[in-house]
Amino acid sequence: MLPFIVLAPLAASIIAGFGWRYITERGAQILTTAVLFLACLLSWIVFLTFDGHTQIIPVMRWIDSGSFEAQWSIRLDRLTAIMLVVITTVSSLVHLYSIGYMENDENWKEGEHYKARFFAYLSFFTFAMLSLVTANNLVQLFFGWEGVGVASYLLIGFYYRKPSANAAAMKAFIVNRVGDFGFALGIFAIFYLTDSVNFDVIFPQAPVMGDTQLHFLWRSWNAADVIGVLLFIGAAGKSAQLFLHTWLPDAMEGPTPVSALIHAATMVTAGVFLVCRMSPIYEYAPAAAMVVLVIGASTAFFAATVGLVQNDIKRVIAYSTCSQLGYMFAAAGAGVYSAAMFHLMTHAFFKALLFLCAGSVITAMHHEQDMRAYGGLRRKIPFTFWMMVIGTLAITGTGIPFVGDALFGVPLGFAGFDSKDAIIEGVWGADGAGYAFWMLVVAAAFTAFYSWRLIFMTFFGTPRGDRHAHEHAKESPLVMLIPLGVLGVGAVFAGMVWYNSFFGSHADMTRFFHLPHSAEASAAASHGGSAPTIATTGDVSPGTKLADEAGSAEANVPGFGAIFLRSENHAIENAHAAPDWVKLSPFIAMLLGTLAAWIMYIRSPALPGRLAEANRPLYLFLLNKWYFDEIYDAVLVKPTLAMGRFLWRWGDGVVIDGTIDGLATRVIPYLTGLAKRLQSGYVYTYAFTMVIGITLLVTWMTLSGGAH
Amino acid sequence: MDNLLSIITFIPSVAALVLAVFLRGTDEAAQRNAKYVALLATTASFIISLFVLAGFDPSNTGFQFQENYRWILGLHYKMGVDGISISFVLLTTFLMPLVILACWNVTTRVKEYMMAFLILETLMLGVFMSLDLVLFYLFFEGGLIPMFLIIGIWGGKDRVYAAFKFFIYTFGGSIFMLVAIIAIYRVTGTTDMAGSANSGGLLTHRFNYQTFDVLGIPIKGGLQTLLWIGFFISFAVKMPLWPLHTWLPAAHVEAPTAGSVVLAAVLLKMADYGFLRFTLPMFPVGTQILGPIAMALAVVAIIYTSLVALVQQDMKKVIAYSSVAHMAFVLVGIFSGTQQGIEGGIMLVIAHGFVSAGLFLCVGVIYDRMHTRDIAAFGGLVNRMPVYALVFMFFTLANVGLPGTANFIGEFLILVGAFQVSTWVAMFATTAIILSAAYALWLYRRVVFGDLIKESLKGIKDLDLREKFIFAPLIALTLLFGVYPSLVTDLVGPSVADLVNDVTAAQAAFDPAALTAPMQH
Repeated sequence: MLPFIVLAPLAASIIAGFGWRYITERGAQILTTAVLFLACLLSWIVFLTFDGHTQIIPVMRWIDSGSFEAQWSIRLDRLTAIMLVVITTVSSLVHLYSIGYMENDENWKEGEHYKARFFAYLSFFTFAMLSLVTANNLVQLFFGWEGVGVASYLLIGFYYRKPSANAAAMKAFIVNRVGDFGFALGIFAIFYLTDSVNFDVIFPQAPVMGDTQLHFLWRSWNAADVIGVLLFIGAAGKSAQLFLHTWLPDAMEGPTPVSALIHAATMVTAGVFLVCRMSPIYEYAPAAAMVVLVIGASTAFFAATVGLVQNDIKRVIAYSTCSQLGYMFAAAGAGVYSAAMFHLMTHAFFKALLFLCAGSVITAMHHEQDMRAYGGLRRKIPFTFWMMVIGTLAITGTGIPFVGDALFGVPLGFAGFDSKDAIIEGVWGADGAGYAFWMLVVAAAFTAFYSWRLIFMTFFGTPRGDRHAHEHAKESPLVMLIPLGVLGVGAVFAGMVWYNSFFGSHADMTRFFHLPHSAEASAAASHGGSAPTIATTGDVSPGTKLADEAGSAEANVPGFGAIFLRSENHAIENAHAAPDWVKLSPFIAMLLGTLAAWIMYIRSPALPGRLAEANRPLYLFLLNKWYFDEIYDAVLVKPTLAMGRFLWRWGDGVVIDGTIDGLATRVIPYLTGLAKRLQSGYVYTYAFTMVIGITLLVTWMTLSGGAH
Repeated sequence: MDNLLSIITFIPSVAALVLAVFLRGTDEAAQRNAKYVALLATTASFIISLFVLAGFDPSNTGFQFQENYRWILGLHYKMGVDGISISFVLLTTFLMPLVILACWNVTTRVKEYMMAFLILETLMLGVFMSLDLVLFYLFFEGGLIPMFLIIGIWGGKDRVYAAFKFFIYTFGGSIFMLVAIIAIYRVTGTTDMAGSANSGGLLTHRFNYQTFDVLGIPIKGGLQTLLWIGFFISFAVKMPLWPLHTWLPAAHVEAPTAGSVVLAAVLLKMADYGFLRFTLPMFPVGTQILGPIAMALAVVAIIYTSLVALVQQDMKKVIAYSSVAHMAFVLVGIFSGTQQGIEGGIMLVIAHGFVSAGLFLCVGVIYDRMHTRDIAAFGGLVNRMPVYALVFMFFTLANVGLPGTANFIGEFLILVGAFQVSTWVAMFATTAIILSAAYALWLYRRVVFGDLIKESLKGIKDLDLREKFIFAPLIALTLLFGVYPSLVTDLVGPSVADLVNDVTAAQAAFDPAALTAPMQH
């Protein structure tokens, strides 16, 4: 079943991409979509029936070089299972939606075939993403990691005639490669220390890494911290975290379903997945975890501020994505990996929903993306409107505090209410996370503001912009609305259904993530968690279940469950015991943000303009995204190109050809001047002379060499 | 069949001889016949090399299929293959039929053109199979001549300048190796690499590494260091290593497409082979002393040439500079002295053989149609040439080391190996994954993407059947080795392990302190 889930999208992609002429474009669409729905169904079966025991299914040999060994294989544990349902659900719905969305794309001329290619890319992306999350070693994970990068590159640049799309595609790939630079070094470091890239071997050695000094570049560092930071550089690139985020807003050049699938729900969460997957290392790398926490929280804040003033509907959601990913990293950095995964899951539903709704709006408005040209659309496209409201209620974290906890044992609210509050409480519960906590609370207010601002500008007020477009705005076809409905259900209920498994209840979490049962046993084991433990648990033969019931070692050994929590990690216990004001703070922030949006865009719509006028420098600073692009261009891109030109003209041209050629500069012109006058017949003569010359040299050498 | 290796090596030359003697006339029929003879000969050579592969025992790390004859002037004709050399041999025999197919549209001096490639194949194969230093040198040097002719006669506008630059550089470099070979002969009285039952060959000879003075300067590592330098300069020019690389972009730009393909895909690899076959096993102490300098030069080369590639206006120059960077990668792997680094190096040699060939052929395809290599003359080709766009995209992505391609396996293993030796080297070399993406995608974007607005391109045709036929096997193998690299690593693994062990042992004998466990707990 698992190999089918992973490989079927690849097969569908190949058939759709290369064989669509035989099965028609419609056939390619139906094939890929059907395969994805089947994969989705199977994924849900896997997810719901999964008992938490890690399974490894070997597929094929891959790299074998001395002690370096990496297999094609499928690892199934809770993290994988979560990602499987997230990926296949969103992907299958996006496939379905795209049948409608891509039907009459104005970017293409009459008679041009683009649909099969689009679906082939989507399915290929899904395959790459699945191989990423099912990897049992870092190299296969890297394979998927780069694979999704390529799919993203191809899909951002899907409209290949548009220079802006091509530029955005390249930017996405190259910025991601900056992250991959760190990721790759992290893998090398891990192999250097553990002599393996396989999770089964790496994880049990995490405590050793935490006690090891690694000489990296100019000094010695704590090995776990170095690795943690290097891997996080990779994660930050893929997940658009601060300093490596600049590609994500530009990636909105791609078709909107792509934005929903890749740049909101799945690919960009791969970084979060990576950090959670490597939880054993981060648990022993406090400094690296702190970096993750601070960067994550800062990104959540930074992206939310930029989102406040953007006018392109997709860019607002893109910055929102960036910000929400920051929440997830903050949670992971705080050691509350399960909350990060929880938000990853709920966010996938409501963010995909928001993007697909935006796509529906854009279709209705004839590819106009500027919200200043919208207004009053709720009557024209009511279903989209209501779905987008649901998405907004979910992302802003709307719910009723305390009531649900008292009555049903779960917080009563939309998906984001449960997961975002889990993160904020979890971060509060971590040590030394005061900065991050407040950043996240403030960002929650901003989130509510920009989300409702989007709704108000789009669906309320009077129609602005092109009258013709407004008059002809109509609801999207059913294939596009069904996915909205399904995702809407997820955006409402996903939080309440899985709250306890991810965060709320210790017993549920233990079962869900296959954590060790007793904290006491784990405390004992993690202190002595060195060589002997590694020897027994590291020796896992493929195809068998991990040897996890090693007598008394019902132990908190890294790699035992899907995530690993050190016994010193009390973030979740602290979060559960958090005072009421902490639990209430994101709710209040949400209310304030919503109220501000209401005042500024419903009650007195002239206010935003006046505010922007009054605080012009701040407004421009935000509108221009803190000038990151400009700074990078001036500090990195331009100097790099200048350096290239300098090395070429001056280094190659003047210095090398000038001096090393120095001897030859007199010889070559002489010879060429001579040779130009000769017919090529003389070149043969010259060549013949060479043969003679070499023969003479060898002869001389042999004769003068003495007896053999 | 005791002489399989000689048969593989000399079939092309025999065919060249046949052409020289029997083919008369320059009409179309004669031209076609010349091409068919060449295609037949190279294909036959390839098929027979597969028999060698089938009969080859990877677990035996010695030389197999050995041939040994007394030759003129007391020299020996001695051939053989081990796991390392057989991969170079197969790369060559596999590529040559495709190279011949790539020259199918040539119309000037076709017979001579074919003869040049056929003789070149013999000489290249000889390099990879020789087990005698003098024989090796003859093949190594001899390869210059047909390549010189290919560039000088069938090349572009500045072909004569490029051909002479190529010749002067490589010949100048080889002088140093020749001196080293003479010295070796003087010291040991033999040029036999592999030895025989009653006498060890040069590969097991321990060259003296006692420090001695030259002109008052003490030379650490003594004779080994000096010999190492002699071989290194020759190979560094051939590779080419910064700052001896400027002949390569010039040669590539002027060479005809097929010439560029052979140059990048096989000829440069002679240097990598030389490092593996001679430098590492014969001069382990020299390697230990000077290897870090070689790696430093390679790291400079990777960054330097990647930056230069970024700003080129000529398609071939981008790929040429990219080749220099990739070859420097191979050097890093080889001189890491680790199993992963060396296997990665061999893998990248093979992968780069496929992919640089593919990229130069991609340039050739549009050069044939438009007669320019200027990037600015293109743009929007995807609109008229979707298949071409796909093929070019594949090779572009492979060139940037995308996982799933053989290039990834090579680069990744090299870096794994490098990290174990020096994190600095690994760090700087890894920047190539950023820079290579930048120059490769930037090239692709300017040539293929965008709207097709240039009037001159409106009628451009997509790949024809012959072109597809050339690309298909290159793509297939790049993918196959990327997904199942064990096909290569199983073949070369035991020989590489043997090499690593020998080198490590020799180095430990020289300076045990330098080799104690690098891990600092």
